[in-house]
Amino acid sequence: MTQQILIAVLVLGAIGAFFAVVLYFVAQKFKVVEDPLIDEVADALPGANCGGCGKAGCRAFAEACVAQGNMDGLRCAPGGEPVATRIAELLGCTVEQGEPQVAVVRCNPSFCGEKRRANYDGLTSCAFAASVFVGESGCAFGCLGCGDCVAACQFDAIRMNPQTSTPEVDEAKCTACGACVKACPRRIIELRNKGRNNRRVYVSCVNKEKGAAARKTCDNACIGCSKCEKVCPVSAITIADSLSYIDFTKCIACRKCVTECPTQAIRDVNFPSPAKKAEPKPAPEALEAPKVEVPKAEPVAVPQAEPAKA
Amino acid sequence: MKTFKMGGVHPEENKISNDAAIQVIPVGAQMVVLMNQHLGAPATPVVQKGDKVKVGQLIGEAQAFMCANVHSPVSGTVAKVEPVKDAFGLLKPAVHITVEGDEWMETIDRTPDIKRECTLEPAAVVAKLKEMGIVGLGGATFPAHIKYSVPEGKKAEYLIINAAECEPYLTSDYRVMMEHAEEICIGISILRKALGVPNAYVGIESNKPQAIARMQEVARQFEGIVIEPLKVKYPQGAEKQLINAVTGRKVPSGKLPIDVGCVVSNVGTTFAVYEAIQKNKPLIENILTVTGKKLPTQHNCLVRIGTTFADIVKHTIGELPATTGKVISGGTMMGKAIVNLDAPTVKGNASVLVMDEGEARRAPETACIRCGKCMNACPMGLEPYLFSSLVKAGRTEEAQQSNILDCIECGCCFFSCPANKPLTDEIRLGKNRVRAMMAAKK
Repeated sequence: MTQQILIAVLVLGAIGAFFAVVLYFVAQKFKVVEDPLIDEVADALPGANCGGCGKAGCRAFAEACVAQGNMDGLRCAPGGEPVATRIAELLGCTVEQGEPQVAVVRCNPSFCGEKRRANYDGLTSCAFAASVFVGESGCAFGCLGCGDCVAACQFDAIRMNPQTSTPEVDEAKCTACGACVKACPRRIIELRNKGRNNRRVYVSCVNKEKGAAARKTCDNACIGCSKCEKVCPVSAITIADSLSYIDFTKCIACRKCVTECPTQAIRDVNFPSPAKKAEPKPAPEALEAPKVEVPKAEPVAVPQAEPAKA
Repeated sequence: MKTFKMGGVHPEENKISNDAAIQVIPVGAQMVVLMNQHLGAPATPVVQKGDKVKVGQLIGEAQAFMCANVHSPVSGTVAKVEPVKDAFGLLKPAVHITVEGDEWMETIDRTPDIKRECTLEPAAVVAKLKEMGIVGLGGATFPAHIKYSVPEGKKAEYLIINAAECEPYLTSDYRVMMEHAEEICIGISILRKALGVPNAYVGIESNKPQAIARMQEVARQFEGIVIEPLKVKYPQGAEKQLINAVTGRKVPSGKLPIDVGCVVSNVGTTFAVYEAIQKNKPLIENILTVTGKKLPTQHNCLVRIGTTFADIVKHTIGELPATTGKVISGGTMMGKAIVNLDAPTVKGNASVLVMDEGEARRAPETACIRCGKCMNACPMGLEPYLFSSLVKAGRTEEAQQSNILDCIECGCCFFSCPANKPLTDEIRLGKNRVRAMMAAKK
C-alpha cells in the first residue's frame, strides 16, 4: 500500500517536474517584453475608449505614447490637462496643451417641432434619413434630428431637445473627443475653443444656398450678406459659398457681428447680458434721412440736400 | 401558373384605378427638367439662359458612360440653368424652361398611324435608344442603351418583358397594355431582333386577365412573342424574380441577368422604345397613376416630364384631402414619400399615391421574437433579422460577408414582420455602409 502511494507520488512528481522544465523554456522562448510604462500610462487615461484621439482605444493610445517617447501630436481630449501632465510626468517629457475645446452644434432650425415641414417615421438614424430625404426642417444642410450624435457620445454630454429636435451639448460633460463630429452625416457639429469664461460667438448655420433660397429654407439661416464680415474688427469672419464662418482663433468675442446679423444666425453663448444694438451713429443717419424725405418726383432736390449736410 | 420559387408575399392589391383611361395633363407655365433622371451620372446641360427650345430638343447630353440624354418636354425659352429641389427636397441640377406654345421638333412623327416595319440594324437600334434618352421605366431608370449592348462573350437567350406590375395600387403598365398593345408588341419585336433572340416572354400577373387577353390577341399577329400568365406574388416584377418565374434560372449573387442569358425590360419601356425608334420621339412623357383609397376619383394620366406633382394633383383630383398623411411616388412596397410636391416629375415616376393619416402611419416597433417570418418572406434567401442586428452593432464587414448587397429592397421583410421592425431601412443603411467601406478600401 505504502509502496503504491510512493510510486504514484514519484511518477506524478516526475511528470510535473518534466513539464515544469518544458514550460520554463517555452516561456523563455516566447516571452513578450512589454514596457511596464504602457500599463502606467494606460492607468492614467480615462479609459472611456472613445476613440477621440484617433487610436483604437485608451491602451492603443498609451502604446503610441510610449513608443514615441513624447506626446507630440497625441492628445487625449477627454482627459484634458491633468491627464496630459501625468503622462508627461511618466514619459519624462514636456507637453503643450491646446486651448480647451467643446462641441458646438451649428444649426438652429426655424421649421422644427410643431412647425416641421415633414413628418419622418422611418428608421431613427441620421445616416439613413440623410440618404432618403432632405430632413424634417426642409434644409438640405441642417440637422436631421435622429440623434446619431447622441448615440455616439460616450460621455452623455449631448442630448436631443424635444422642442427643436436638435441636439444640445452639455458643456460641463463634453470632452471634445469629436465622436459626434464624425457621427453627424451633415457635418454640423464643430469643435471650437471654449473661449474666455466659456464665452463664444459662432455662426449657427451651415447652409450654403444663396441668400434668397437659404431664407426660404429657414428663418435663422445665414444668407451670406457679409455684414458681419465688414463689422468684424479683427477680420475673423470669412464668407464662402454664401456662408459666414468665424475663426475662433481670431475672434475676440466683441459681439458686433451678433447685433449686425439680420437673421440671428450668429449666436453668442454664456454672455451675462444680451448683445446690445450698436449706438446709432449720427452721421449715417443724417445722410439717410434726407434721401427718404426727397420726393421721388423731384430728383433735383438731391443735390440741394447734400451741400446742406456737408 | 408559373411564379418564382423563393419567398415573396401577397399584399392587398388595391388596383382601384384599373378602369380609368389615360388622360392627358396640360402643360404648366414653367417646366423644370432635372438632369439626373436616370441611374448614374447627371447629364450635362447643353442649353443656356435665353435659348429657344422645341419639344424633343436635346437639353442634357450624356457624357459619362452610365448616363442618359435628357430632352425638352416643352417648347419655349430657357429661363435658367440652376439646381432645384427634387421630390425629396435634395438639390439637383436642372434646366428651367418658360413654356411658349407647343412647337415640336420636325423629326418627330406625331401622326396617330402605327408603323410596323423597322429595318434598323441592332447597332443602330442601340444608338437610337441612346440618342432618345430611353431608360428603364420599371423603377430603376437604368439607361436602355447599356442594357441592350450585350458585352463581348455573353449571349442573350431570353428577352423577358416585365408586365407583372406586382406593386399594389399601380395601374399605369396595365393601362398602357390595354391602350397601346400593338405598339408594345412592335417595340418588343424591335428589341427581340436587336438582341437576336428567338422568343420574347411577356410576364403578366393573373390579376390582370383583360390585359392578358388583349396582349395574347395582339401578340398572335407577331412572331416570337409569348404571353406568360404568372401567379400573383410580390415581388414578381423584380428582375431576378421574374427571370426565375419565367425561365427557372437563378441569377447568382453579384451577377447580372445577362450572365444567365436574360435581358429584362419593363412593358412601359417597350412602348417608349416603339415611340423612339418608329416615331423619333425622345422620352419626354410619363404615364402615372393617381390613386388612393380615400380619393373621390382615380386616374391614369399622361404627363410631360417636368410637370410638378402639385400640377398633376390639381388637374386630376383637384386638391389633396385634408386628412392626407403621405403622398408616395411609387407603390406601397417600394415607393418613397414625397416631401416637396412642387418638385418636377422625372423619368420612371409611376404614381402619385395619396394615403390618409391612418394608412400612412407606421405601427410602433416592438422587440424581435425570432419568428423567422422575414427569412421566409425574403425572395433573395437572405436573413433580414441578422442584418438588423449586424447593422445596429456596426458590424459592417460581417454584413457584407452575409451578402447584404444582394438585398433588392423589396420590403417583404418589413411587410411580414409582426414586430414592425424597420428591417428594410436598416438593411439599406447597412448597404450604404458596406458600399462606403468598399469605396474606402479601393
